[in-house]
Amino acid sequence: MATTALRHKNPGRGNLRALLYLSPWLAGFAIFFVYPLVSTVYFSFQRYDLFTLEPVGLLNWEYFLKDQAAWTAIRNTLWLVVVMVPLRVLFGLGVAQLVTRLKAGAGVYRTIFYLPALVPLVAGTLGFVFLLNPGTGPVQAILSAVGLPAPDWFGDPAWSKWGLTLLGLWSVGDLMVIFMAALLDVPKQLYEAAAIDGANGWRQFTSITLPVIRPVLMFALVTGVIQTLQYFTQAEVAARVASGATDSAGSVFTPGYPDQSTLTFPQWLFQQGFRDYAMGYACVLALVLFAVSMVFTLILLRQFRGLGQDIDGEDI
Amino acid sequence: MTRGTLLLWVARHALGIALALMFLGPLVFIALTALMSDRQALTSDLWPHTWNWGNFAEIFEKAPLLTWIGNTLLYSVLATAFMLVSSIPVAYALARFRFPGRRLALLLVITMMMLPPQVVAVPIYLIWARFHLTGTLWPLILPMLLGDAFSIFLLRQFLVTIPREYSDAARVDGCGEFRTLVRVILPMARPAIAAVALFQFFYCWNDYYGPLLYAGTDLDNWTLSLGLAAFRSVHRVQWNLTMAATLLAMAPVIIVFFFAQKVFIEGVKLTGVK
Repeated sequence: MATTALRHKNPGRGNLRALLYLSPWLAGFAIFFVYPLVSTVYFSFQRYDLFTLEPVGLLNWEYFLKDQAAWTAIRNTLWLVVVMVPLRVLFGLGVAQLVTRLKAGAGVYRTIFYLPALVPLVAGTLGFVFLLNPGTGPVQAILSAVGLPAPDWFGDPAWSKWGLTLLGLWSVGDLMVIFMAALLDVPKQLYEAAAIDGANGWRQFTSITLPVIRPVLMFALVTGVIQTLQYFTQAEVAARVASGATDSAGSVFTPGYPDQSTLTFPQWLFQQGFRDYAMGYACVLALVLFAVSMVFTLILLRQFRGLGQDIDGEDI
Repeated sequence: MTRGTLLLWVARHALGIALALMFLGPLVFIALTALMSDRQALTSDLWPHTWNWGNFAEIFEKAPLLTWIGNTLLYSVLATAFMLVSSIPVAYALARFRFPGRRLALLLVITMMMLPPQVVAVPIYLIWARFHLTGTLWPLILPMLLGDAFSIFLLRQFLVTIPREYSDAARVDGCGEFRTLVRVILPMARPAIAAVALFQFFYCWNDYYGPLLYAGTDLDNWTLSLGLAAFRSVHRVQWNLTMAATLLAMAPVIIVFFFAQKVFIEGVKLTGVK
């Protein structure tokens, strides 16, 4: 092929060109990934508070095993991974399924359902805390009116993570859009053939829709887990607002209100590293977070080789 | 329409409307509270007795909102511009060049995309501290000159879908690789470029973690997200004003969304014509 000959005229020069185009990212990779990762390992064996650096061997690592708050944070983060992530996927799928069936006004519905996903996290969280707050919002009144329990969402350790979950379900629009695209890609003939065979709606869903969109659901689950391992802003803002913490001098904000029930792992890392300046210990927590998120990243990379299809359609 | 399908139609739309109310409810609630008096905001009332439009003027007196908006705009605009300049060539090379190690490069981009920002926070913070840039937003803006993994990945996924024939044709016409990128590929990739630009802009506008880490304690360096989270407590202001500020922070995003939805659909249409 003439074009192939054109491309491979001078491979050495081609590699140099690739290097030139990739250079910004290569520099970024070295400065913001490789160096900090190596450095984090080094600091995890030091005591460092921005002023004095002192090697302490495995002390930080031993402290981690005894750090009650760290384990509370791990439990809370796991709770969100196990409860919130699957609920978001299920809800997103349900909403997407509904919108693809609504012929009239589908565009309007889609816009409305997607909108909350764009609302700034801080703004959305503030609104939610105020909305669910028993004294100020209507939610409690509505729940009691229909005879349901009316919890003090963000003020009750047993309910605060459910409050965050509701917030997560409200902003499910990103998943909805992804699932809608997948649902519309399912070949119509499959449904027609199933209808002729007498398969009803639910049976069509389980035997056609689910198997076809399974990779998309898996992708959403795995990326959802990785995102939730970073869960920070909503928990931080909800605790700050619900506790009425002030930023004025002399008062300290402690994340996790109420009763450490919303304390997530990244929050504890931030607290240790940048509020208490236990930077060596924060690096231990960072490496734990790195290990866990790498496991899920590897699952992602193994499961979705198609991510790397090249321009000629080959797997790379 | 048979009775069965009519019932199904009604049921679906009833469910759709109920869901729409639930999705819009919190936004409407925020808007209504923003207009209440400070005392009424502390009741569970839904409808304002009096419409206090003055709340929107008052929030500008209670907090340096204009400064925060300016800082947020500076962060969002510069970060987006820098990201585009640095990430487009990288995505182009990953999508269309054949070179040894391109598989590894792509895997590493995905790995970086998935890396929780907190993992590498300590050493990177120390780098910026050494340059005396902590306490400013520059540690969030400058790295964008070295590419953003998420944007690179997204652009790359779009650029692989443009057939080779286009760049080959340009080369036969005597275009060099760079001119091919600028003249042929970039115009075709407009929808994808618009998408990553919007994602980046929204990300920065909404970002809380980044400014919390770097902006420091000087209110003059804060962003809107940072100020909003502390709004109620710092100035001991009332909930109605907090909700007014919340609405203010949401408004640009929602307006840009309605505008951008069109841009996006137009872009998709353009690629469909070919």
